[in-house]
Amino acid sequence: MRTKVILALGAIGLPLLLRNLYVIMFLVPDDLEQGPVYRIFYYHLPAFLVAMCGYITAMAASVLYLVKRDQKYDTIAVAATETALAFAAVNLITGMIWGRISWGIWWAWDARLTWALISWLVYFGYLMLRNAIDDPTERAKNTAVYSIFASASVAVTWKAIEWWRTQHPGPVLSIRTGGVQRIDPAMENMLYINTLALLLLGAIFLLVRLRQEEVQREIDGLRRYAHALN
Amino acid sequence: MTALRHAAAIAAKDLRSEFRTKESINSTLSFSVVILLLFSFAFDPSPDMIAEFGGGLLWIVFAFAGALIVNRSFARELPNDCIDVLVSSPASGASLFLGKAVACFVLLFGIECICLPVFGVFYNVTWWRSLWELLGVLALGTWAMACVGTFFSALTVNLRLRELMLPMLMYPILIPALLSVMMLTNTLLTGQAMPSDFGVWLRLLIGFNIMFTTLSVYLAETILVR
Repeated sequence: MRTKVILALGAIGLPLLLRNLYVIMFLVPDDLEQGPVYRIFYYHLPAFLVAMCGYITAMAASVLYLVKRDQKYDTIAVAATETALAFAAVNLITGMIWGRISWGIWWAWDARLTWALISWLVYFGYLMLRNAIDDPTERAKNTAVYSIFASASVAVTWKAIEWWRTQHPGPVLSIRTGGVQRIDPAMENMLYINTLALLLLGAIFLLVRLRQEEVQREIDGLRRYAHALN
Repeated sequence: MTALRHAAAIAAKDLRSEFRTKESINSTLSFSVVILLLFSFAFDPSPDMIAEFGGGLLWIVFAFAGALIVNRSFARELPNDCIDVLVSSPASGASLFLGKAVACFVLLFGIECICLPVFGVFYNVTWWRSLWELLGVLALGTWAMACVGTFFSALTVNLRLRELMLPMLMYPILIPALLSVMMLTNTLLTGQAMPSDFGVWLRLLIGFNIMFTTLSVYLAETILVR
């Protein structure tokens, strides 16, 4: 069943990604002030949004694990965290490329950039903690608690855009600006469509990673069983 | 009330044990002074430079010292399985955590109060111009470190690479608090006029403390019971 879902998501997501790539590169006009470099924004912001969805999913799964003590939620938490980290890395790298061309520097210790990096480091710590604990139950419990702490940091990241005035461009989506149109509606629509495409890609990553984690858990169980028999 | 009494008993136990052996105090204090000394070799500190990032320097030292102090918080209970005895005692996980966090806070705040004059002498800083405000900010920053650090000490106590994992997990989570406290300390150390964002940093620091203290107290039982 899950294979069919992955294939269905791929069947919708892949053509959409290719179509978006074509539209972004060849059909949408250049930005009046920034020129063609602004096109990276069609991947920068959607990657951030997908990463946020991953972080939120990981937090929800961690809370559910602590409430229900079901390993299924631990598996979802780790899969969501890894997917979120991949998209957060895309967000950071595309931001750096844009910064190099627009600001002349790869990195500015701007509040939002710094917070995005902090969030990435915080969630990378989640994976490190996971690798350091051998017992599956102890690992699931401790990483679930850590994930809740990490989500507090991500909440600050999300709010940081309003707390500090920085050189980073402000919010542009009309849903974040209270209906004020800061970019052309066609550009905003393209952003939403590409967010959908990257969300589908993120869902595929998540489902594949879920399966890997379940298989790994099964192998670990069998290994312990074989060890007990010996 | 009983929970607070239990927390006070655990804090008193930890402090008594530490003052008798002095294993963390001596090493942390000498380590802090060495770091303060090393900074003076890394760059030639002029008054302008100190005015710009004196608070940052000071808090880097305190953050290193904090990692040493909180690392011992639960690790000292490992020999003879004392941690199991504490967990099975009538004290709740929250009391146990609070007691240990308070003990770490007292130790760390004491070390900071000793390091502050040393910093003033080494870097020629008149740090007492806003003494009470500075002590208040130090207390807030120290509580953030003691609270998060003690919680992560419990989280990592059974890990093989405990000494490495604790700072690696603790510092990124602590960055909002460290950033705020560095900015606030910088302003107060140098006696500059309060900038317009002073209140924002202070609110962030207080908010951080409330948020993470609540989370830690709520989740302590989950972490400690195995």
